[in-house]
Amino acid sequence: MMMQYDIVIVGGGPAGLAAAVAAKESGCDSILILERDNELGGILNQCIHNGFGLHTFKEELTGPEYADRFIQQVKELQIEYKLNTMVMDISPERVVTAMNRDDGMFLITAKEVILAMGCRERPRGALNIPGYRPAGIFSAGTAQRLVNIEGWMPGKEVVILGSGDIGLIMARRMTLEGATVKLVAELMPYSGGLKRNIVQCLDDFDIPLKLSHTVVDIEGKEHITAVTIAQVDENCRPIKGTEERYTCDCLLLSCGLIPENELSTSAGVELSRVTGGPVVNESLETNIKGVFACGNVLHVHDLVDYVSEEAKKAGETAAKYVRGEITDNRGKTIAIRAESGVRYTVPTTLNPDAMDDLLTVRFRVGDVYKDAYVSVYFDGERVQHKKKRIIAPGEMEQVILQKKQIMQYPELSAITLKVEEV
Amino acid sequence: MYDIVIIGAGVIGCAVARELSKYNANVLVLDKNEDVCAGTSKANSAIIHSGYDAKNGTLKAQFNVRGNAMMDDLCRDLDVPFKRIGSLTICTDESQIADLEKLKERGEQNGVPGLKILNREELLEIEPHIADGVVAALYAPTAGIICPFKLTIALAENACENGVRFHLMTEVTKIEKADEGWKVTTNHGEYLTKTIVNAAGVYADEMNNMVSENKLKIIPRRGDYILLDRTAQGYVRHTVFQLPTELGKGVLVTPTVHGNTIIGPTAFDIDDKESTATTASAIAQVTEKSAISIKGLPTRQVITSFAGLRAREAGKDFILGEAEDAEGFFNCAGIQSPGLSSAPAIGAYIADLIKEKLTLSEKEDFVATRKDILDPSKLSLEERNELIKKEPAYGTIVCRCESVTEGEIIDAIRRPLGARSLDGVKRRVRAGMGRCQGGFCSPKVMDILVREWGLSMQDITKSGGDSHIVIGRTKDGDE
Repeated sequence: MMMQYDIVIVGGGPAGLAAAVAAKESGCDSILILERDNELGGILNQCIHNGFGLHTFKEELTGPEYADRFIQQVKELQIEYKLNTMVMDISPERVVTAMNRDDGMFLITAKEVILAMGCRERPRGALNIPGYRPAGIFSAGTAQRLVNIEGWMPGKEVVILGSGDIGLIMARRMTLEGATVKLVAELMPYSGGLKRNIVQCLDDFDIPLKLSHTVVDIEGKEHITAVTIAQVDENCRPIKGTEERYTCDCLLLSCGLIPENELSTSAGVELSRVTGGPVVNESLETNIKGVFACGNVLHVHDLVDYVSEEAKKAGETAAKYVRGEITDNRGKTIAIRAESGVRYTVPTTLNPDAMDDLLTVRFRVGDVYKDAYVSVYFDGERVQHKKKRIIAPGEMEQVILQKKQIMQYPELSAITLKVEEV
Repeated sequence: MYDIVIIGAGVIGCAVARELSKYNANVLVLDKNEDVCAGTSKANSAIIHSGYDAKNGTLKAQFNVRGNAMMDDLCRDLDVPFKRIGSLTICTDESQIADLEKLKERGEQNGVPGLKILNREELLEIEPHIADGVVAALYAPTAGIICPFKLTIALAENACENGVRFHLMTEVTKIEKADEGWKVTTNHGEYLTKTIVNAAGVYADEMNNMVSENKLKIIPRRGDYILLDRTAQGYVRHTVFQLPTELGKGVLVTPTVHGNTIIGPTAFDIDDKESTATTASAIAQVTEKSAISIKGLPTRQVITSFAGLRAREAGKDFILGEAEDAEGFFNCAGIQSPGLSSAPAIGAYIADLIKEKLTLSEKEDFVATRKDILDPSKLSLEERNELIKKEPAYGTIVCRCESVTEGEIIDAIRRPLGARSLDGVKRRVRAGMGRCQGGFCSPKVMDILVREWGLSMQDITKSGGDSHIVIGRTKDGDE
């Protein structure tokens, strides 16, 4: 059987939901969301802590509550969705192959596809941590699912490697569940998580955070019994003589998130080497016409509010394509470059004719900067220079570009973002 | 009273068991682990050697070449993935070409067919990413790659279907001479048997030394490996060895039958027979050395690293056959590389010896073939949909990285010697074997294990023993 939809959205997490709502509100009626899990909401369903939605709804919600706001809209707007449905393939011609137990394997032709598959955690194997490979080692998100959804404890004496946000949240969660979290070790000299999570999840519970430290050995043939932590030098190599042994029955890993782009690759989508997500233009369209990306599959966000905001944009643009308002977005493009301290930008190109009056360019930095400036250059000319008290890798940053201003530079070829100390 | 007790359910024990299942005999396999293929057989290079490497006249040479030749039929009968992709043994200096010539000669004397020395141009044609420093290679077209889990499990399942019994989680603690044959004491009671096959891997010396004055000494040799994601495939088409040194065959780079790339092993002699811990320096060494063979290999796309123990005996050759001073006690000891390649030949040889010894008669109803767990991705769209209509579990993907359906996992659990642990499921259907290493699917696989075996989540282990995944309920968790 071959189905047809104007917009197929792959993933029913925060990005997919916001994109669907925006596309529908922009006048597109033929939308299908494909969700692999048994409910909409994605990873928010296991994020039972609060702190979501301060920007979007001006109040603090839990993850499931935040998701529910969008799920209710999807239902009210009568947007179609299929649960327990795995997308197996997306072709460059936007034929989506999906499967579930009721419909079997089926094909859908889509005018536009919005990629919203989210990300996965970097596993132990990819970290090359030496030692045994016993039970009791979890990525923080897997442990979060076990604790918050399934109601099972993965351990009672916990060491956490990596200070990503899920690791920090789980440090608090495990403590509240009666476990002892002995420490959080972070390879880098700075945390990869939000400042507020360090304060609320570690400091408030007296859990030590050891920066520039890593796990150099794992003990226990069947079940983990101890880990050895060592300090690392500026090249992230362990320093001899700094080893400390911690007994534990659980090691949680929160060492980075990787956008899940295997499907994108099958569609021929070009990926950024820095973010691991698709390379997109101002409309969040990839190099494959009619394929858009938003949320953590595009780049890993710090706050879900920004995911929703970005996804809304993808949904609106996809709807414009459906209506034929944009037919070819391959006209004049201006490169957006990341330099000196800025690791990447999303998007990486813009077409001034296709952009809205304002364009949000999101980026992350590669180090911690204090009292530094975020600058925007139009070719050689500095047009924005904003002082920030602190800029850190764990927090996503943004600059706003104005169409009006860009139009004043008809010869403009590149926009460059930089962190400048003065 | 058993006719034969086989100690060890690795590839050798299972190969012997499967051969013996052709006869009318009462056969029992014992293993201390919770699954077959849980020791050395699960952590190796996953390759079938051509057989040029072992010295002329050794058992290794003889059984490797014979085992290699048996693989096509065996893997067809047992539905095991095996590909004869050929191997290349490279050298990086003109002066070493003479060594390649010597190896070629040795191989020819061992009976290895088709050996050929390739110059750099010829090499580039068949292995385009070969490193710049490589000047020549010995090409062995009969070398291949195999899934060692699937081979061992297939042998075990087929033996089981033909009447061989398996007692897992059963560790042999004592072997004594009995009035008629042997008494084997384990943590789960005693067994009387006419004959014993010692296929205990790194513990084969301990088994032998309980019954024989010809003492063996197995010094495990640890090999560290790294495994790359399938996204790194395409860099290597053959199994690429580096010229052997005193410490083994050097580091190899090879594709696996599942499209991953494996690099390794190191070679460290160790005392502890359980010490499969990797070290940072070993992993770094493997990664570094791979560049001697292959250019631009994306070693950053590693999805896991592991270590296996080769059961190396001090005398360096395989020890096969009845112990001189212990009648009815048959050794398969010192089975290090090329043990996996030799397994079918060793199985046939030992079974033959026992058949003679016990004058066993052939079974009339021996079933020689076995079907592997159905892989729905190999079906057409129509076939797949028909399957899902009949068995909806084949419509649910559990492991997204490897696209494994619930139907496959249920099959892995329900078949003979079915999976009981996360690793058991992983080795049978690859759920959790992919790039997220079980991050998403392990709670779901646990749910299926709980349901199928009627267990609690707390009973589920990674690989038996004390390898429990969860320790108890959360404060609000309900039973």
